[in-house]
Amino acid sequence: MEAIVDRIIPPDPQTPGGKDAGCAVFIDRQLKGPYGSAAGHYRLGPFIKGTKEQGPQSPLTPAELYRKGLAGLDRYCKAKLGGKPFSQLSADQQDDVLKKVEAGEAKFDDVDARGFFDALLKDVPEGFFSDPIHGGNRDMVGWKMIGFPGIRYDYRDWVHRHNERYPYPPVSIAGRMDWNVKKS
Amino acid sequence: MAQKLPAKDVAIIGLGWTGSILAHELAAAGLDVIAIERGPWRNTATDYPPGYAPDELRFRIRHELFLRPAQTTFTFRNKMNQTALPIRSWGAFMPPNGVGGGGVHWNAETWRFLPSDFVLRTHLTQRYGAAFLPQDMTIQDWGVTFDELEPHYDRFEYLCGTSGQAGNVKGQIIDGGNPFEGPRSRPYPNPPQDQPFGATLFAKAARDLGYKPFPQPSGNMSRAYQNPLGVRLGPCTYCGFCEWFGCGNYSKASPQTTILPVLVRMKNFSARDNSEVTRINLDASGKRATGVTFVDMDGNEWEQPADLVILSAYTIFNVQLLLLSKIGKPYDPVANSGVIGRNFTHQTISDVTSFFDPQKFIFNPFIASGAIGMCIDEFNGDNFDHGPVGFVGGGYMGQVQTNGRPIETAPVPPGTPRWGAQWKKAVKENYQSAQKPGTGVHGSMYSYRDVYVDLDPIYKDRFGRPLARITMDFHDNEIKQNKFLTDKFAEIFQAMGAKQVVKEYRKAPYDITKYQTTHLCGGAIMGTDPQTSAINRYLQCWDVPNLFVMGASGFPQNAGYNPTGTVAALAYWSADAIRDKYLKNPGQLINA
Amino acid sequence: MRRTLTIAGALIALVADVYPCGSADLQQFSAVERGRYLANAADCGSCHTVPGSNRPFAGGRNIETPFGVLVSPNITPDGGTGIGSWTDDEFDAAVRGGRARGGARLYPAMPFPYYARMSREDVEDIRAYLRTIQPVRNAVTSNRLPFPLNQRESMIAWDDLYFKPGEFHDDPSKSKEWNRGAYLVQGPAHCGACHTPKTFLGGDKSDQIFRGYALQGWTAPDITSGEGALGNWSADDIAQYLKTGHNKYAAAAGLMGEVVELSTSNLTDEDVRAIAIYLKDIGGPLPQNNSAADKDVLAAGGAIFQDLCSACHQGDGKGVANLFPNLSEAATVSARDPTTVLRVILQGAQSVATDREPTGPAMPAFGWQLNDAQVAAVATYVRDRFGKKAPPVSESDARRARTSLAARTD
Repeated sequence: MEAIVDRIIPPDPQTPGGKDAGCAVFIDRQLKGPYGSAAGHYRLGPFIKGTKEQGPQSPLTPAELYRKGLAGLDRYCKAKLGGKPFSQLSADQQDDVLKKVEAGEAKFDDVDARGFFDALLKDVPEGFFSDPIHGGNRDMVGWKMIGFPGIRYDYRDWVHRHNERYPYPPVSIAGRMDWNVKKS
Repeated sequence: MAQKLPAKDVAIIGLGWTGSILAHELAAAGLDVIAIERGPWRNTATDYPPGYAPDELRFRIRHELFLRPAQTTFTFRNKMNQTALPIRSWGAFMPPNGVGGGGVHWNAETWRFLPSDFVLRTHLTQRYGAAFLPQDMTIQDWGVTFDELEPHYDRFEYLCGTSGQAGNVKGQIIDGGNPFEGPRSRPYPNPPQDQPFGATLFAKAARDLGYKPFPQPSGNMSRAYQNPLGVRLGPCTYCGFCEWFGCGNYSKASPQTTILPVLVRMKNFSARDNSEVTRINLDASGKRATGVTFVDMDGNEWEQPADLVILSAYTIFNVQLLLLSKIGKPYDPVANSGVIGRNFTHQTISDVTSFFDPQKFIFNPFIASGAIGMCIDEFNGDNFDHGPVGFVGGGYMGQVQTNGRPIETAPVPPGTPRWGAQWKKAVKENYQSAQKPGTGVHGSMYSYRDVYVDLDPIYKDRFGRPLARITMDFHDNEIKQNKFLTDKFAEIFQAMGAKQVVKEYRKAPYDITKYQTTHLCGGAIMGTDPQTSAINRYLQCWDVPNLFVMGASGFPQNAGYNPTGTVAALAYWSADAIRDKYLKNPGQLINA
Repeated sequence: MRRTLTIAGALIALVADVYPCGSADLQQFSAVERGRYLANAADCGSCHTVPGSNRPFAGGRNIETPFGVLVSPNITPDGGTGIGSWTDDEFDAAVRGGRARGGARLYPAMPFPYYARMSREDVEDIRAYLRTIQPVRNAVTSNRLPFPLNQRESMIAWDDLYFKPGEFHDDPSKSKEWNRGAYLVQGPAHCGACHTPKTFLGGDKSDQIFRGYALQGWTAPDITSGEGALGNWSADDIAQYLKTGHNKYAAAAGLMGEVVELSTSNLTDEDVRAIAIYLKDIGGPLPQNNSAADKDVLAAGGAIFQDLCSACHQGDGKGVANLFPNLSEAATVSARDPTTVLRVILQGAQSVATDREPTGPAMPAFGWQLNDAQVAAVATYVRDRFGKKAPPVSESDARRARTSLAARTD
């Protein structure tokens, strides 16, 4: 997972990648909770595949999808790339595999590889941009990258300050550094 | 075996906007009222305080305030020859759950319909001829006029402290307001909200193109306000966590912030939450409701007898309950007979995303409210000549961007890879300098013979009852309308100085996975003819006179505006009729 | 929510048959009505009714004192377990003399030193009203104090020091309104019972009346016109606060919320104004606050305030009139004792809703979100910046408050 998230959102000199931002931790926690078990979704059958417009009809929960998807990905890599699992490939090789999965060229045995990839494309950015209390966006790196102030609630002094950069650092539900007394 | 509770005068099914309005009106008239709400009670400080309400993942992505499809959902198909499949997780619309209903998490965009919207078939036929309308378009006149509803629109706007700029007061057109609006008796109770940079720039470009932009009427307070019931709201702080979220500082109009504090003090009002009504009970004649049956959290069944039943459970739950309770004749699209389920509609929404030079434009998209924005109404309703364009209907359009929440709103130009270093770079570069209104083009959806609701033959809810089945697709009229409007909308962003403007037309087939407002309408429509409507002009059920059905389920077709203002105005109008006419002489109010 | 206490004519007749008549004529509705009004002013129902129960005046409510818990007795007309068989003299001896039937001394949790200011006629009217209440069989053991405090003879010394019997007498140099207010405040409304600081024996510090006291996990602030925020409050502001629970500066919550709900919101407009006129005349020294709060603590507190608190209280702390308290005019913010400030930050507070001000906004809890150092920082900032430089709050203050609040049941 850490390898995957670092390719979906690679590190660069200004901003960490998915791994250091905690995206894998985020996804791990989400899959452990109600999102992973599709709690709250309508789970009665029959499960019939319909049109794209009718929405997902698979009985697979996200947790099951990830388990099968990760296993399928490693099996694919081992088969096609000299016996190595995904995490041991080079970054370029990893990108190449992911592109093939995205295009539908790489197929996994018992799960829809494209469906798995679509879930990744949703979940990894969520891990990058959600509040750090959920495990990702460590140190609010995602928010700092774009200039999103987080949970701040009062912008009345700024609505009419047009075309002016908002200068204050982001805040998460867990606060920010400035909430703590500096030892000076 | 349901246990029978002591009888009440009124049973109200669902404690959202209309449930709260009716509960207050009828309790104030001295009746003994009970409201039964499927979801939980919700309060500002305990359910969405500023300390954790602004959690995009929890409330926008995981939909914590909304109904769980596991509790109930619908099935969907585009065409009658398909098998409908369950909506296993929400997409195209997001039904509410809990006290306050949609009023807790709505944008608070508070519009009135146009006078012509209420007499749509007559008006369009007169202007363009009957042959101009598609043959399978089933639009109807409502049976009530704008002028009749005007005092009730006013009442809701003053209840909510709606912040706006009047455009037409008693016939006098006022600069800065909507020149197309129907005449109102007086201005809004609060001045418009402040507008951020993007909306202001949009308005300037629109003006330069010859349009008359005006601020969107907003149920987010532009200043502290005390409503006529004595309830107070605080000033909106433009936090950018409005729609999908509860408001943490009492500045968004909701039942909680406008009516419930007074309602819960009335000794003749009581409520049950976490109790789902499963049936409206009828007597042996089938023409009189005797009360409702509901199920509590433990699965116990209860019967609540009542002399008067108000069905205010939200559009499609209203229709489903009528069908399951065997009230009114179910609609048959093939035979074109029956009324329950016919004229079902949604909204025709599209968006335009534009990219500006990051060196020159800083939009601070996170500074917003749910009903912020500058709009134009030149292309709504029949405000323009449709003869040359070959479709009817329209909608308002505006830079109504409500947020810069990064999971939802991090636009990248077309052609950008969906992941990787280039994607990351594009997100970073464009976040502050892009404009993504959201429901930028807010078009009408008129009604058609083959777009309707009935009961599904296969799928059941957790009680074993059939789910409601939605058969819906876009028709050519709406697709044409949307292309026309979207093109006009894009021109304005071009004129704003965007370096790239990306149009996302709404296209058929209707897709249940793409969010396009929760403005479902119809299915239990109002009208003057019991053959083609379920309720009369006072929202009274033709078949069961002691049942009144609130909500957008009564709209014969949907107009190019958010429905809540009209839903609430109709509720007040109906409440007046109940109090002043029905209670004095219970029975069918209209002889049709 | 409390049930309205209604007077049923039939009930009066029933009571008249069953219980021996006192000297008040039970058919005299005006006495009963006067008594009902006085009972509201004296807030008898608050202590003598378990909150949320539908058995008014049946006793059984735990009253927390600095010395231990006392349980309020049953004052319904029940013969065996209430006061139904008491004579009027015995009732008067309790209310104004601090003696139970049989002579046992009452603890001043029953505010008899204040009720002593009422007249005999007032007491008889209250009795007449209490006789109309539904009799409830509820035997209460009031005395739950630890030894030796549970020996009521210990009250002999206390009464000697602190109990000054005697009815209220008008001050002829003051207005009629002032005198009415003084009577209400010194007598039935017994404001000093909470708002006057106490000696270690629990008696009023008579040279510091109304200058504030902490009790039951709340600060009852200074309500004089000197140090407290009441210095800037007009008489109208005070009257509005008492009548509706809210004014442009503050919102009543916690114990005072209950006082507004059960007592002062039921007084006439004239009476709350009279109380206000009297209170405005009570002087007090200007604040001696000169908080030397640490600048790093203030910086941290200011950051928290901007991020979390300004959404309602605004960046300048001035709040929104009648909705979110104006911190610079809130007596509990500038009080020397930070109990309420800490409690409200940690647990939140539900303000009272009244007919005139039904909104009832609530402050959310932040104890889950802030650690002890952060709670102390923002409390220090608020008290320094808005509380007229009230003393800072330490991290261990916050920790103590958190622990003691966790042990409370209310």
